Amino acid sequence: MSVVYLDNYAATPLHPKVKEGMHQIVDNVFGNPSSDHRFGQAAAEALDQARQQTAALLNAEPQDIVFTSGGTESVNHAIKGVAFSQREKGRHIITTNIEHKSVLNTLRTLRLVDYKITSLDVDSHGLVDPAAVAQAITAETILITIQMANNEIGTVQPIAEIGRIAKERKVVFHTDAVAAAGIIPINVKELPVDLLSLAANQFNGPSGVGALYVRRGTPIWPLIEGGVQENRKRAGTENLVGIVGLGLAAEMARLEMPDRLPRFQALRQKLIQGLQERIPHLVFNGHPTQVLPHLVSVSVEFIEGEGLMLLLDEEGICVATRSACASGSLRASHVLIGTGMDFALAQGTLLITFGRDTTAADIDRLLEVMPGVVQTLRDMSPIYQKSAAN
Amino acid sequence: MYSPTVLDHFKNPRNVGEISEADGVGEVGNPVCGDMINVYLKVNNDVIEDIKFKTFGCGAAIAVSSMLTELAKGKTLDEAMKITNNDVAQALEGLPKNKLHCSNLGADALHAAIKNYRDRQANKAVSGEGEKVPHAPEKIDACYCPYCDMENKGEAPFCKSCGADLPHEH
Repeated sequence: MSVVYLDNYAATPLHPKVKEGMHQIVDNVFGNPSSDHRFGQAAAEALDQARQQTAALLNAEPQDIVFTSGGTESVNHAIKGVAFSQREKGRHIITTNIEHKSVLNTLRTLRLVDYKITSLDVDSHGLVDPAAVAQAITAETILITIQMANNEIGTVQPIAEIGRIAKERKVVFHTDAVAAAGIIPINVKELPVDLLSLAANQFNGPSGVGALYVRRGTPIWPLIEGGVQENRKRAGTENLVGIVGLGLAAEMARLEMPDRLPRFQALRQKLIQGLQERIPHLVFNGHPTQVLPHLVSVSVEFIEGEGLMLLLDEEGICVATRSACASGSLRASHVLIGTGMDFALAQGTLLITFGRDTTAADIDRLLEVMPGVVQTLRDMSPIYQKSAAN
Repeated sequence: MYSPTVLDHFKNPRNVGEISEADGVGEVGNPVCGDMINVYLKVNNDVIEDIKFKTFGCGAAIAVSSMLTELAKGKTLDEAMKITNNDVAQALEGLPKNKLHCSNLGADALHAAIKNYRDRQANKAVSGEGEKVPHAPEKIDACYCPYCDMENKGEAPFCKSCGADLPHEH
């Protein structure tokens, strides 16, 4: 049975070029980039190249890239780093109700030490209103942190507009771009963001490595402290193999993006249309147009998503019920609840994410299998009966 | 994540469906709080002659419902009343810690169905209507974090020790 992998938000397979480059480092380079001898310098060169490649993905300056252990560390660093640095200016931070847990839980910790958090509502498509951001800013506000794109419903926020407001009001602006970077174009020369988080595993790089873009002059305290690596912003001997993997993945994502974007959009269209034609009582989540091209979030009425995911896995199709990082949680997705969806419907949500290897045949396979699986579970569901009777 | 027995019962659930003209019906939980299990009984001479279920819920909730019907079938009502959540979880060779609440729902549904049957026998229930047991949040002054077992006060949204979300829906 051939397996169809449609959970690319959880993890993407390594790009062949990434694998090759990482092997190269494992085989040939073990030095510490901070050493001034030839072994160290070979490592330092590889590190520099990865920094340039990562910067190019964002059209950033290489010195503004800080390598981290992944998206979660980048987000933690951005938020705690600004909070700590700006503690005497104020203790108010603005965010939204549908951020990734790495944002929400970091802010929860800051609440314990008396930071005040304003968490903005989003509309039914998951969009935040820039005017609401402007209105929430006070003299105490030190940071706005709003995701570029949502990882569960794909909605892309008006980051440029929010960034302009932040700049005008002199508030540091962080965007969690983990779900977006490497998928859609980002240009920090035009986008007014001070801090931006990304992770390599979203675009065919390795897990456990990411980056924080820090625009020069942004006040930020280190999160991981020790030596002077990463321009004194992130201590610890560099994870060179991972960082080289990130650099190559960033380069390949940048080069392949022009071809991949329209391909993703066509697959997305095909999937949504195909599901609508085959299965009644579906709700598609996220904004209809301002949305990530590789993600489809669909809520299936009358059933619960986990059973659906497990039965699809049995048929060789791997999808997610929600972001893998939250799947241990029993609660309905805070993102879907944040868009105003009722709990029962939110429980029946499937998250389907494409990758560079996804083909139209994969979508056909899902369209072939999913109606039967949904019906099996609906036949088992007490609320399906009731609704049919109504 | 799930034991082979849980997966077997989830993928090939036993006794799915409804019993028309059931002698007792138990309905617990609701889709809003995550899971809902309906249990239907056919009783003969105080013995559960047939039992079926319908469930809205995760893989564990479906497996629990299936195993529960297997355990209860052929038992006397008194025996079936003694089936505990723990019995169901054990018969399934364990459930992940954060899914144990699903097994609570299963035994509750069975007991509600038996009670409904007995009430009907005593002419207490409106005929044809299953007894609905609202699965209200447990009334507790302290609750224990399902992840680290730390005692937390009242309706704390997250564990003060490890920071995990505390599920109050159940």
